[in-house]
Amino acid sequence: MSDPMSDPMSGPAADPAADPGGWPVTATRHLLSIADLGRDGINEVMRVTDSFVEVGRRAIPKVPALRGKTVVSLFCEDSTRTRLSFETAARRLSADTMNFSASSSSLSKGESLRDTVETIDAMGVHALVVRHFSAGVPWQVASWVSAAVVNAGDGWHEHPTQALLDCYTIRESIGADAGLEGLRIAIVGDVKHSRVARSNVLAFSALGAEVTIVAPPTLLPPSLAGWPVVVSNDLDGVLPKSDVVYLLRLQTERATESLLPSVREYTAGYGLTRERGALLAERALVMHPGPMNRGVEIAAELAGLPNSLVTRQVANGVAVRMAVLYLLLGSGADLGA
Amino acid sequence: MVDATGQRRADVAVADGAVVAVEPELEPSSDAVVLDAARCVVAPGLVDLHTHLREPGREEAERIESGARAAALGGYTAVLAMPNTEPAIDSVAVVRQVLDLGASAVTDVAVAGAITVGREGERLAPLAEMAALGVRLFTDDGSGVQDARLMRRALEYASVLDVVLAQHCEEARLAAGGQMHEGEWSSRLGVPGIPAEAEELMVHRDISLSRLTGARVHLLHLSTAGSVALVEAAKTEGLAVTAEAAPHHLCLTDAEVAGYDTAFKVNPPLRGTADVAAVRAGLASGAIDAIATDHAPHAQEAKEAPFDQAPPGMIGLETALAVSMTELADQLPIAAILALLSWRPAQIAGLSAEHGGPVAPGASANLCVIDPSATWVVDPARSASRSRNTPFTGRRLTGRARHTVYRGEPVVVDGEAQR
Amino acid sequence: MAERERYLTPPRRGVFVARAQVMTASDVRRALTRIAHEVIERNRGLERVALIGLQTGGAPLARRLAAILEEIDGTAVPVGSVDVAFYRDDIGLRPVLPEAVTSIDFEVSGRVVVLVDDVLFTGRTVRAALNALNDYGRAQAVQLAVMVDRGHRELPIRPDYVGKNLPTRRDELVDVSEEGVVLGDLVAR
Repeated sequence: MSDPMSDPMSGPAADPAADPGGWPVTATRHLLSIADLGRDGINEVMRVTDSFVEVGRRAIPKVPALRGKTVVSLFCEDSTRTRLSFETAARRLSADTMNFSASSSSLSKGESLRDTVETIDAMGVHALVVRHFSAGVPWQVASWVSAAVVNAGDGWHEHPTQALLDCYTIRESIGADAGLEGLRIAIVGDVKHSRVARSNVLAFSALGAEVTIVAPPTLLPPSLAGWPVVVSNDLDGVLPKSDVVYLLRLQTERATESLLPSVREYTAGYGLTRERGALLAERALVMHPGPMNRGVEIAAELAGLPNSLVTRQVANGVAVRMAVLYLLLGSGADLGA
Repeated sequence: MVDATGQRRADVAVADGAVVAVEPELEPSSDAVVLDAARCVVAPGLVDLHTHLREPGREEAERIESGARAAALGGYTAVLAMPNTEPAIDSVAVVRQVLDLGASAVTDVAVAGAITVGREGERLAPLAEMAALGVRLFTDDGSGVQDARLMRRALEYASVLDVVLAQHCEEARLAAGGQMHEGEWSSRLGVPGIPAEAEELMVHRDISLSRLTGARVHLLHLSTAGSVALVEAAKTEGLAVTAEAAPHHLCLTDAEVAGYDTAFKVNPPLRGTADVAAVRAGLASGAIDAIATDHAPHAQEAKEAPFDQAPPGMIGLETALAVSMTELADQLPIAAILALLSWRPAQIAGLSAEHGGPVAPGASANLCVIDPSATWVVDPARSASRSRNTPFTGRRLTGRARHTVYRGEPVVVDGEAQR
Repeated sequence: MAERERYLTPPRRGVFVARAQVMTASDVRRALTRIAHEVIERNRGLERVALIGLQTGGAPLARRLAAILEEIDGTAVPVGSVDVAFYRDDIGLRPVLPEAVTSIDFEVSGRVVVLVDDVLFTGRTVRAALNALNDYGRAQAVQLAVMVDRGHRELPIRPDYVGKNLPTRRDELVDVSEEGVVLGDLVAR
């Protein structure tokens, strides 16, 4: 446990910031896309998450790792759950947190996004957790600030920490340390408008899972070129062959946009109804990013989605976000492949 | 010296706004201003069919004066001011205002009038009144005229005015909500797409209406392979259809959007690789008649918005010549590139009397001198435009306007604006 | 030197080259046996004693010590391990990553906790471990057992049980493993 290199005060070369060959501890790092991580990066997040899951079980579930760091959540789209999860994660790491939501902020008074973000950055914050209804905003923010940027969901594009917590929850449930190699995962529903789907397709396939997308053609992206997935319109055929069935939330306005004739037709074709529940493989996991539309994506009376798994997803969400914040702000290591 | 009649080695003498001599080894008079053109090409000034000067209404993004200066630096001696100002150029009063502001600029500022009142696509604007002031091209650019019956009537009404109607081809309902080209990249990036078919449907419709009415139609900023094929077929058929393409559509693809840099947001959007190839082939084959900048300045604050909220558009007056020369040098001789940038657009815009050559005694002295081997790197901070939204930041280009002579006055000398 | 430091040492820092064997495997075993007797004597038995090894070098030593204690006294003491990464004072200065999940599945409050590590050097790791331990409860007392005390303390921390006091230079490295204790140098590549 003790040698010259583990101790910053032990010698003339001890301060790596002053050492030209030292670690780039001041380099800005971000988590914008699952693609930033790659397989090794995802596995490293999983490994560090193990430690934070243990922290979460303690009497005092808090560590001093990010004392003196400030994490700002900049949410330009309502999402109490994700925001609370990130803020809980930051506090359990002893970081200071600030919350900036669009409705109560200068953004609603016409200040430009860049001005807002640069003002926050100038306060000396270390990480910006960004949720925005427009795809790409975290990339733009990252180009404007010196703080680390974490994408907490951008438009239809990505939601990398959701994918990480889903991967972690699957891994925890099946008890496989080797990743999701060969696991058959079906992602069912509105892939076109889903940031959860985009991040999960990248994450699941990076870990070696075989991903099948099941959706009506109007809810598929216009092009799937380059997506490591198989596409199907036949949920009945896919269910028995799936180890994990990941149901996406259906926004009911999709029916008013003529993407679907009605929510009823969607449920008939693509909902996990009581009848379809019988088609599930014996140990199949059923997952959902929440909040669930019972009676739409999943039958109200179906016990196929054990509440324990939802609870695990929420608990793991905090631990995964602790791991991400710690890796970005505290570890000094490079997050990414 | 290169113009529509060919190329030859010659000096060009200018006096009182006109060309007085084009001969080898002219001796300058003692009080003459001599512009060195060694290893350069002297050509008729470039003519831009598609310039958004933003005045009146959006002076923070561009003014007629600043836009014209940017044009002169790019080798242009005439630009056609698009009517999507605030208010729109849809009446005699606004036409006069823009012409007045343009009178003191360093290029000719010709005016394009709106087809419909307020560019709203509902009622015809006073086309004949505006034509009487010299307006030769009408368009609702920024959007297309959606109503086919209204467009038919506009074509019929305008067919006796010696003008051309130009269309921003975009079927609004099919394109609704779109922020970039629909395809592999939009799907991956989670950005709503504009399918190529939204453009092609209206190209097809307007070609049909040209056939129906016999009227001339000019198709603005074509960007898809399908559009190029439709225009090619219309020309084979002998219809009075012309078309232009923008410099960015002949070299940039939708992959540029991957970093969500709003400098790459434009309408029509940057398309796929096959579309870019088709646009280049269309320029080479003559299916597309002209390269037009679609210079669309936007204030930096406006562009620093989320991608789906930022306004579409790119500046282009200072880079169009260099981008065209850099990108098309392998395919086309310089005379063909200049045809696309000068005399063909001058004909389409009804500016041939003053612009686009040929460079001969008696012609207006609207000229540019191009150094075809000059290489330079695009730096938006150096732009004369009031805006900075170029997609070519940091790009190394070959070919540059060295001098520009407008009505006999050297307005740009060695790449420096003189006023 | 613990595995973690080797793992975390960037290549540019060089490689560990052994110079002198300072304890053999049997020396280490004898030292552990002596420490076991001292623990029992000092605490008048093992009734409230628990061992917590510091990840990663101290964890196997804690398990071996527990086995010896059971041999001697017939009492199985609870054994845990703690990873102090999140409590270190050099976070942000260098890569600090957890090596293993902390495992303390017994009640800490009211126990006499013996922290076990391989090498005691500046004392900063032990300081971090004391803080970590605090988050699990209020131990009645905390004691410290180390295989090697190599000096150069930077905090007021003193071991209660020592395998060997080993004078070293600051730039030397001490490696404790199954095979014994080796003193060596970091040689630039």
